[in-house]
Amino acid sequence: MAEPIHLTLLFAGGAELLFDRVKRRDVVLPDLKDYLPDCGSEKWTVRQLVLWIREFLLKEREALFLQGDEVRPGILVLINDEDWELCGTMDYELQNKDSVMFISTLHGSTSVTSRIELYTP
Amino acid sequence: MPVPCRGGCGNNAVLKRPKTGDALCKECFFWAFETEIHYTITKAELFNKGDSVAIGASGGKDSTVLAYVLKTLNQRFNYGLNLMLLSIDEGITGYRDDSLETVKQNRDDYEMPLKILSYKDLYGWTMDEIVAQIGRKNNCTFCGVFRRQALDRGAAMLGVKCIATGHNADDIAETVLMNVLRGDIARLKRCTAVATGSEGTIPRVKPLKYTYEKEIVMYAHYKKLVYFSTECVFAPNAYRGHARALLKDLEKIRPACIMDIIYSGETMSVKEQVSLPTQRICSRCKFVSSQEVCKACVLLEGLNKGLPKLGIGKSSKAKRMLEEYNAKQAEKETVLKDVIQDLNDTSISDDTGHKNRKKDSNKENASNGESCNKNNCCGGSCRSKTNVDVAASNKKLDMLLEQYGLDDNTSDKKSIKENGVTDTNVSDENGVTDTNISDHSDDETPFNGQEEDDTCSSACGGISVGF
Ligand SMILES: [Zn+2]
Ligand SMILES: [Zn+2]
Repeated sequence: MAEPIHLTLLFAGGAELLFDRVKRRDVVLPDLKDYLPDCGSEKWTVRQLVLWIREFLLKEREALFLQGDEVRPGILVLINDEDWELCGTMDYELQNKDSVMFISTLHGSTSVTSRIELYTP
Repeated sequence: MPVPCRGGCGNNAVLKRPKTGDALCKECFFWAFETEIHYTITKAELFNKGDSVAIGASGGKDSTVLAYVLKTLNQRFNYGLNLMLLSIDEGITGYRDDSLETVKQNRDDYEMPLKILSYKDLYGWTMDEIVAQIGRKNNCTFCGVFRRQALDRGAAMLGVKCIATGHNADDIAETVLMNVLRGDIARLKRCTAVATGSEGTIPRVKPLKYTYEKEIVMYAHYKKLVYFSTECVFAPNAYRGHARALLKDLEKIRPACIMDIIYSGETMSVKEQVSLPTQRICSRCKFVSSQEVCKACVLLEGLNKGLPKLGIGKSSKAKRMLEEYNAKQAEKETVLKDVIQDLNDTSISDDTGHKNRKKDSNKENASNGESCNKNNCCGGSCRSKTNVDVAASNKKLDMLLEQYGLDDNTSDKKSIKENGVTDTNVSDENGVTDTNISDHSDDETPFNGQEEDDTCSSACGGISVGF
């Protein structure tokens, strides 16, 4: 039985608009074996976190947050206030008490939002 | 495990720069970010010492970062600029209220004077009122066209030397892509320019031209700058949405692509045979335009005449609209003819047609003058009329002006055509022409090719990131 993982999730730059306008959420992730027994991973990474967020938190317009099963390009992700590109992006292994922040560059100036909204791959 | 800063400062890196791939700490990132903008400014000599500069301020991330950085650089490098914020209030309920608060916050934080101009003040219409007329589908065209000119007007009122806008590298690259995709060579040539503006107009400069959107957002985040983010309240343009998404997908694979696309746009040369529309001054409102009469004036005329879709939207619609209008006109003419016929029944024989035409012309002249004084179509300046060079005018515009009696020459032109051979074909011919032109350049873009940003910058959620 793995230690439960407590996370602080932060949404900004307009990303919060997709999540009931809530900018900060403290969450506890379930045991990965229970949640995604077939995902082929022992430990929670951002990859699984994104799926979990989609299932439990994302309220609307999935396409503005995700592209397929990944974070949509144009959404910046900061892990513990650092660019996730420095720590493996989707494959970053989540630690207890991490903070994960999603900043949309697609909302920041209103116009861009709409561009993406109409984009269906 | 922490990544050391590439700057050799001993700190841990906090981000990977998309432009260079370097991992930098906060301090080194700030320095690099600001210095690059300083380099853009000095290399292109965007400003002169003592200049007054209006920063187009929307409250969004780009203009907020622009204002902050310009203030910082102005102090650090002694530019000697007199910076001020210029905002446009489109009158969109719920949108501008909040973003204008953000702009006011900018004003207080950065200690710059702020001028807010409303569409209502400038044009007599708020965006809400326009939407009520036109629906949500096409309002971005209005919003963008009006905004563009609003900035020029505001800048003229403030007496500034130039307008600085927050267009970033992603915006420019996206616009290059768009112009390639549309075969819009005139815009392709112009859109990468770091400074634009022709004789007699206030130039626009883009100090963030080489600054990645990611870095702007990271900079704002680490500097804790307050900016306003919201959704587009209105329906946007699909085509550009695809271009943006494509760009972001490419950037993910190879971040340098944004700079490369800009470079391609900058260095691409256009064959000499390609005729480019020259920029000139609108004959009605005197602001910059690539047409005889600028888009804003045409749109306003449509609004004020109760034909709000004039000059926007799909060509088929415009065509249908014109046909309906023509049908109505024809109906009126028939009625008029009958009346005249009745009056003249006894005395007139083969002179009838000629007289009818004369009457028609007079009628049009009268309604012409009346509407123009009433309409306030260019904030008043359109009342000073100038002659229209018929031959040089865009065909579509010509037709629209003619159909709706927008200019002084209307009746003359009409009678020429009526007396000419093509009398019966006039509307058909024009309709076809309209279709061709529109298919090429319309969709979101009207025929005013003066700027690379086709519709609204940020206000109603249209197209280019604006300011
Ligand atoms: Zn450093
Ligand atoms: Zn005009």
